[in-house]
Amino acid sequence: MSVLTLTIDGQEVGASSDQTILDVAKAHKINIPTMCFLEGLTPWGGCRICVVDVEGAPRPLSSCTTHVTEGMVVTTTTGKLESYRKMILEMLYAEGNHTCSVCVSNGHCELQDKAQEMKMDHVRLPYLNQNMPMDSTHEHFGLDQDRCILCTRCVRVCSEIEGAQTWAVAGRGVDSHIISDLGTPWGESDSCTSCGKCVQVCPTGSLVNKGNAVNEQIKKVNFLEHLLQMRGQ
Amino acid sequence: MNLDELNEIKEKQKKYNQSFDSYIKVCVAASCKSLKSDQIKDAMREKMDEKCQVKGVGCLGLCSKGPLVSVTVDTNKQILYESVKAEDVETLFNATCKKEAAKLPQCSLDQPFFKHQQKIVLENSGEIDPEVIEDYIEKDGYQALLKVLNEYGPEEVVREMMDSGLRGRGGGGYPTGLKWATVNKARSDLKYVICNADEGDPGAFMDRAVLESDPHRIIEGMAIAAYAVGASRGYIYVRAEYPLAIERLKRAIRKARSKGFLGQNISGTSFNFEVDIRLGAGAFVCGEETALIASIEGKRGQPTPRPPYPAEVGLWGKPTLINNVETFANIAPILRKGGAWYASIGTEKSKGTKVFALAGKIENTGLIEVPMGFKLRDIIFDIGGGVPEGLKFKAVQTGGPSGGCIPEDLLDLHVSYESLREAGSIMGSGGMIIMDETSKMVEVARYFMEFCKSESCGKCTPCRVGTVHMHDILDRIAKGTGTEADLSLLEELCDMVGQTSLCGLGQTAPNPVLSTLKYFRHEYDNLIQKQEQPQVNQ
Repeated sequence: MSVLTLTIDGQEVGASSDQTILDVAKAHKINIPTMCFLEGLTPWGGCRICVVDVEGAPRPLSSCTTHVTEGMVVTTTTGKLESYRKMILEMLYAEGNHTCSVCVSNGHCELQDKAQEMKMDHVRLPYLNQNMPMDSTHEHFGLDQDRCILCTRCVRVCSEIEGAQTWAVAGRGVDSHIISDLGTPWGESDSCTSCGKCVQVCPTGSLVNKGNAVNEQIKKVNFLEHLLQMRGQ
Repeated sequence: MNLDELNEIKEKQKKYNQSFDSYIKVCVAASCKSLKSDQIKDAMREKMDEKCQVKGVGCLGLCSKGPLVSVTVDTNKQILYESVKAEDVETLFNATCKKEAAKLPQCSLDQPFFKHQQKIVLENSGEIDPEVIEDYIEKDGYQALLKVLNEYGPEEVVREMMDSGLRGRGGGGYPTGLKWATVNKARSDLKYVICNADEGDPGAFMDRAVLESDPHRIIEGMAIAAYAVGASRGYIYVRAEYPLAIERLKRAIRKARSKGFLGQNISGTSFNFEVDIRLGAGAFVCGEETALIASIEGKRGQPTPRPPYPAEVGLWGKPTLINNVETFANIAPILRKGGAWYASIGTEKSKGTKVFALAGKIENTGLIEVPMGFKLRDIIFDIGGGVPEGLKFKAVQTGGPSGGCIPEDLLDLHVSYESLREAGSIMGSGGMIIMDETSKMVEVARYFMEFCKSESCGKCTPCRVGTVHMHDILDRIAKGTGTEADLSLLEELCDMVGQTSLCGLGQTAPNPVLSTLKYFRHEYDNLIQKQEQPQVNQ
């Protein structure tokens, strides 16, 4: 690990070589919007909302996965990047069925927050209206695939923190969806410990506690940071 | 195995191969084999005597005229029989024994298809029996490996590769020498060499032909690469849809191991190298190097963002060299004849030769190899024989789903990585699909987008969702229900998906749309303004 300097949005900052652009930006209170990223889990780089311009790179790079290098020149906000981010949000909205008014997570949803933050007032893409299945076989939790944005936080928390590896992604392209225990219903899963971590890290109303009505599902997404602190990591 | 022993095998095989009066070579690569050429070969093999040799060989090139049988009666007199059938075996064999030409359909060897090619990668293709290692050794096989192991240091091999100017034949065109140098410099106790044989572009079959026709060439190339970068293990990642290539590779690896070209202390040096085959289950994205590595590791075949590049963090976190089949096929000749020799072929920035698979609306479907800088028009009209049925040429699609369509007025360009990129397409792995005047360009773009849509792995949003919307818009336009607003949204999506996607698949998915918009925009406009009949039925 070595110490180096780079420029983010015209500001010269110091960093260590094991940090990502997102780590450094955060440390200097520079806001880069994220979606699949969650502190405490291995960066995934899938949602692409955190893309930033790096001088010399042929196209924007995801800031959550790109490590800083000496002399790097990063721009986090341009008109173009903002329009890309907005388009990504539109795509996520058009892919699932995100009807906030009937969602348990309404008012406590990261996707909704992002849309407000980025002033996404309408979706120009036609809704795909995929008929995705629900799984409410588990005693305490439910899964609504229609609200899943495939951030894979559940997959990662289950494998990296809980060590159960219940969740995985099946299918490909737009048919991708998360499955428990290679496709067995969640309630019949042998590996699930019912710890509920996946529910807490899910950014939308896709993984939820049972028994909540509209607006009632509040998630404690920051439990991971406490957990890591307790473990001294 | 040392050089003397190798030369002994070489001479012995040469003597054997020259001990006949006439020679019959039956193409047993996939295209001819699908027309039962293996049965023709077996039937002739039964008749084989001390005067007439019969052997199965790799691809003879002109796949559209198969099954092909090449006959040599006197040292210089060669006849190529086309569309040979099982009932022709008797006639053909008897005539050959009498040193006569049989009264069967023949293919002229004076035509440009054969005359204007320059073969390096395919030099042994159609010449040697891919299942006989001695045949490869006779054609100077494994000479380069033994020479390198005994005379060169790893850095010298890398320098030779730098001098050759060879660039990655998988599509990107990254300088091979530079890639080798990076892996060579990476510090690790274990390094890997991977051969990417996950050829997935529609209409491309170059790698398959090389693997089926000359598998030892790949093993030798990989072993030299491993020596140069300090790797001790190699994997050939080949798609399961190529059963014949896999079978021949397996046999070749076994033979190479038994002769001591693979294994421990190769040629009495301290160099160890083992090769294994890993099969791909048919996902196009697994041709992308990080997804390929994930697949070998037993994970879901999904890419990871680069940097870090596999040269630093690759298979199981170790520095890994990944090259394509055709790249590895160039290695042995380069080290045999020197980097400077290779650099003397081709253009200033694109050196050597390139294998192309001609497919679509073209007279001579098949495999060709030409020097870089060859005129595109000559490839299509001279070597390829032009468009059949008197129809007019419209466009040539290069580079598969990541490439683009090049129209008639750009046909005079000289093929190189740069010139194709300038024209809005890419070199890609070498597939060329020729389209005639009946082809509808919006439909072409829609076809390739459908391919990308169903081959997207689903990891990143722009590729997963963007390709679906681009496909739907193209579908609407092709059906005559698209609007101006659709077209501008399509252009915005092209930019956004190309710029923000995680891996090469998404980044290049818009190319077929962009290039058809660039050269055939009027077809889009006519459909939107209802001046033309829909290109597909509703």
